[in-house]
Amino acid sequence: MTETTRRNLLKMGMAGASILPFLRVLPAAAQGADTLVVATGQTINSLDLHRTGTNRASYQVAVNCYDRLVSFGTKEAPGGGYSYDYDTVVPELAESWTVSEDGLTLTFKIKPNATFWDGSKVTAEDVKWSFDRAVSVGGFPTVQMKAGGLERPEQFAAADAETFVITLDRPSKLAIPDLAVPVPFVINSALAKANATADDPWAMEYLHTTPAGSGAFKVLRWTPGEQLVYERNDDWVGGPVPAVKRIVVREVPSPATRRALIERGDVHMSFDIPDKDAAELAEIVDVYSTPVENCIHCLCCNTNFEPFQDPDVRKAVAYAVPYEDIFQAAAYGRGAPLWGGEAAIGDTAWPRKTQYYTDIDKAKAHMAKSGFPDGFEVPLSISLDLASWMEPAALLIQESLAQIGIVAEIEKIPGANWRTAALVEKRLPLHLENFGGWLNTPDYYFFWAYQEGHLFNSSNYRNDEIEELVSATLHMPMDDPEYAPKIKRMFEIVLEELPRIPLYQPALNVATNGAEGYEFWFHRQLDVRPLSAV
Amino acid sequence: MSAAAYSRLRAVAFRVAQSIPVVLGVVVISFLLTRALPGDPAAYFAGAAADAASIQEVREALGLDKPLLQQFLLYVTDLAHGDLGQSISSGRPVAVDLVSRLPASLELTLTALVLSCGLAIPLGILAATRPGSWVDHLCRVLVTAGVSLPTFFTGILLIYIFYYLLGVAPSPLGRLDFIYLAPDHVTGFYLIDAALTGDWETWRGAAKQLILPSTTLALFTLAPIARMTRAAMLTALSSDFIRTARAAGLSRGTVLYAYAFRNALLPVVTTLGMVFSFALGANVLVEKVFAWPGIGSYAVEALVVSDYAAVQGFVLAMALLFVALNLVIDLLYSVIDPRFGFAAK
Repeated sequence: MTETTRRNLLKMGMAGASILPFLRVLPAAAQGADTLVVATGQTINSLDLHRTGTNRASYQVAVNCYDRLVSFGTKEAPGGGYSYDYDTVVPELAESWTVSEDGLTLTFKIKPNATFWDGSKVTAEDVKWSFDRAVSVGGFPTVQMKAGGLERPEQFAAADAETFVITLDRPSKLAIPDLAVPVPFVINSALAKANATADDPWAMEYLHTTPAGSGAFKVLRWTPGEQLVYERNDDWVGGPVPAVKRIVVREVPSPATRRALIERGDVHMSFDIPDKDAAELAEIVDVYSTPVENCIHCLCCNTNFEPFQDPDVRKAVAYAVPYEDIFQAAAYGRGAPLWGGEAAIGDTAWPRKTQYYTDIDKAKAHMAKSGFPDGFEVPLSISLDLASWMEPAALLIQESLAQIGIVAEIEKIPGANWRTAALVEKRLPLHLENFGGWLNTPDYYFFWAYQEGHLFNSSNYRNDEIEELVSATLHMPMDDPEYAPKIKRMFEIVLEELPRIPLYQPALNVATNGAEGYEFWFHRQLDVRPLSAV
Repeated sequence: MSAAAYSRLRAVAFRVAQSIPVVLGVVVISFLLTRALPGDPAAYFAGAAADAASIQEVREALGLDKPLLQQFLLYVTDLAHGDLGQSISSGRPVAVDLVSRLPASLELTLTALVLSCGLAIPLGILAATRPGSWVDHLCRVLVTAGVSLPTFFTGILLIYIFYYLLGVAPSPLGRLDFIYLAPDHVTGFYLIDAALTGDWETWRGAAKQLILPSTTLALFTLAPIARMTRAAMLTALSSDFIRTARAAGLSRGTVLYAYAFRNALLPVVTTLGMVFSFALGANVLVEKVFAWPGIGSYAVEALVVSDYAAVQGFVLAMALLFVALNLVIDLLYSVIDPRFGFAAK
C-alpha cells in the first residue's frame, strides 16, 4: 500500500520521527503497534462506576482500570472471536480462594505482589473498604451486589493483610460469579480516604475523575464527550500484561462516520456498531457478532390488559409474529433465532428456541377460540432510544397482527420515559423489551423477568409455581440433582403461558481493522486488556 | 463627544436592563419545562437493575423528593451565587461543562459564518448588480441547494467524498485528531489558544478539522445571507440617492460600496444575527456527524436523560448569549448608520 493513511505511518513508526517533529503529541502515539484507536458511539461520563448517574459506557473504566478478586476465563465465541467463559472463574487479585463446608464462608488470599498504581500494596483492608462502598452507596452497585448475596458491610472482613473473608447469609451459586462483574472492584482505599470529606465519606467526587486502582490500564487523559486515553500499567499482576501500551477510545456519535473511519483504517476498532453496518462491513473488515448471553429481545403481553389475560390471545400473537422477517429486518441476521424449536424441553440452555413459528392460520384459530374472536385495539409501544431494532420489528408485528384482527397502533416513547413506563410502572399493554442478565444462569433471568414485581417483568406476570421455582433455583448449585428438572419446568411454564414472546437473541457487533484479541463480555462494554495490534 | 459617549453608555445600560425580565422569564420557564419533561431522572440514573428502594435513594440524593417550589428556590439561590448546579450525567458543575463545550460550538459557528459571509455577500452583490445574469442564476442555484440539503446530509456527503473517497480531509474525529494534544485552555477556541502559545502545528491540526464541518454549516447558512444581500442591494441601487450619486458622476466603486452597500448592510446584519442563532441550534446535527464536542450535543444528551441542571444551564446560557448578540447588533446599527438614534430611546 502506498496510501499514507495514519495507520500506515504509525505502523512504520515514523510519524514521530519525521512527520510531526514539533508536535506536542502523545509521545507513544508514534510508536506504531503500541497504540490502538477505538471509536465508540457512547459517551463515558464518569470514571467511577459506583457514582449515581454513571452510564453503562463508563463501566469499561471499572473493567480496564480496576481489578476484582476474581474474573472469568476465556472461550471461543459463537460468531467468531473470543468470549468470557461464565463456567470458569479465574484469579484476578485473589491468588486462591476456599469455600467453607456449609458454603457460607468464602476466604480469599490476595496476591502478595499486587500493588496499586502508586506502588502501595493491595491489602484485604482495601478490598473491604471497596466492598463496603459498593453495598453502601445505593443505586445500581448495591442492587448488583445483592444479587450475589452481598448486602451489608458486616459480611466483609479483613482477617489479615492478605486474607479477605466474606460471610454469606445463605449459600449461593451466584456469590462468586457476582464478584467477577464490574461492580466489586478494588479501590486504593488509603488514597481514596485521603480525598474523602465528611460529606463525602466514599470519595465519590475524587474517584469520579481520578481512578485509584491496581488494574491493567491507567487513565492517562479523559475529556468527557471526546476521548479517554488508557495507558498500560506495566506492573499489573491480575493477568497477562496487555500487549498494547496505549489505547485511545474516541467518541464518534454518528454511525456513518464510525463506519467511514473503520473502513479507511483510521481507527482500529469500532465498538458496538449497528447490525446493518455489521452485516455490510463483514465483507470488508473483521466483524465479530456475538449473541449476547442470557439476553432476549421479546414481545411482551401485559397481563394488566384484559385481552392478554386470555391464553389463546397470547398464543395467537405468538403464532402471528413474523420471526424470520423481524430477524432479517431488525437484526440483519446478526444474533441467534429463537423460534421453531422443539416443544419438549431436553436441556437447561437459555435462551432456547421456542416451539412457536409464524403460522397465520394457527394464529387465527387461536383467536377464534379466544374470548376476543373479533380482535381488539392495542397500542404497541417502543422506545425511541432502541428504535434501531424496535421500529422495524414493531412495524412487522403490526402488519401481522392486523391479519388476525388485532389493530396495533405503534406508540413511540422517549428514552427517558421508557424505563418509567415500561419497567417501573409496567403500564404498557404490548411492548418490546430487551432484558439481558449479567449472571448467565436461567434462574437469574427468570428472577428479573418472570417473578412478580421485579423490574424487567414488564408484563406483570405472576405464576405461583414460577415464584416458587425461581426462589428455589436462584441460589441452588447447578449440579444439584433437583436443579435441571426445576429449570425445565420453568421453561415449560413460561413458554406455554407466554407473558414474553421471545423474538431473537441479539448480538453485540464489533468491527476491527488492525486489532485482534477482541473478547465479548456479558457487560457489553469493551475490555481493552486482551487487545493487540495486528 | 463625551456627551455622545455618555448617551451611548446609557443606551447600552438601558438595553441590558431591558433584558433582565427576559432572563428571569427564561429561568422560570426552563425550570418548569424541564420538570414537565416526561421521564423520571431518578429511575433513569438508578441504572438497569434498580428496584423501588434504590430509585427512591437516588431520588433523595438528587433532591427530587422535595416539593417543586422548594426545588425552585434552591435553584434560584444557587443561581444567585453564580452556581448553575451539578450535571448528574457528567458529574461536573454545569458551568464547567458549558465553559468547555461552548467555545467548541462558537468556534465552529463563527468559522462557518465567516466562510458563509465571505461567499454570500460578494455573491449577493454580484447578483444584484447583474440581475438575471449567470451570476444571479448561480447564486440562486447555490442558495437553493444549500438551504434544501439538511446539514447532516451535507456533512455525511462531504465526509464521503473528501475523507472516504479522496482521502484529502483529515479523519472526522472532532476538534483535533488524537495525535495532537489540546492547547492549554485560555479562551477555549483551539485556533486562538494554539496561536497564543505559538503552537502552529496544533493550529494547523485544529484548522484542518474545522474545514469540513464549517463548510457544511456555511452551505446551510449561505442562503439567507446571500438572498438578503441581493434584495437589499437591489433596493438600495434603485433608490433616488444612488441615481443622484450616479448623475453626479461618482465612480462605480464608490456608488456601489460607499453608498449602496453601506445602506444595504443593515438588513444583512439583522439577518446575520438571526442566522447565527439558528446556526448555533442547527449545530447539533453537524456535531453528531463530525464528533464535535459542542454545546448542542451536550444539550441533547442532557435532555434525553432528563438531566435538569444541565438543560437549564444550557437554556440560560443560550438566552444570555442571544441577549448579548442582540445588543451587539443594535450597537452595530448605529455604527453602520449614525442616524439610528440610540440616544433617542
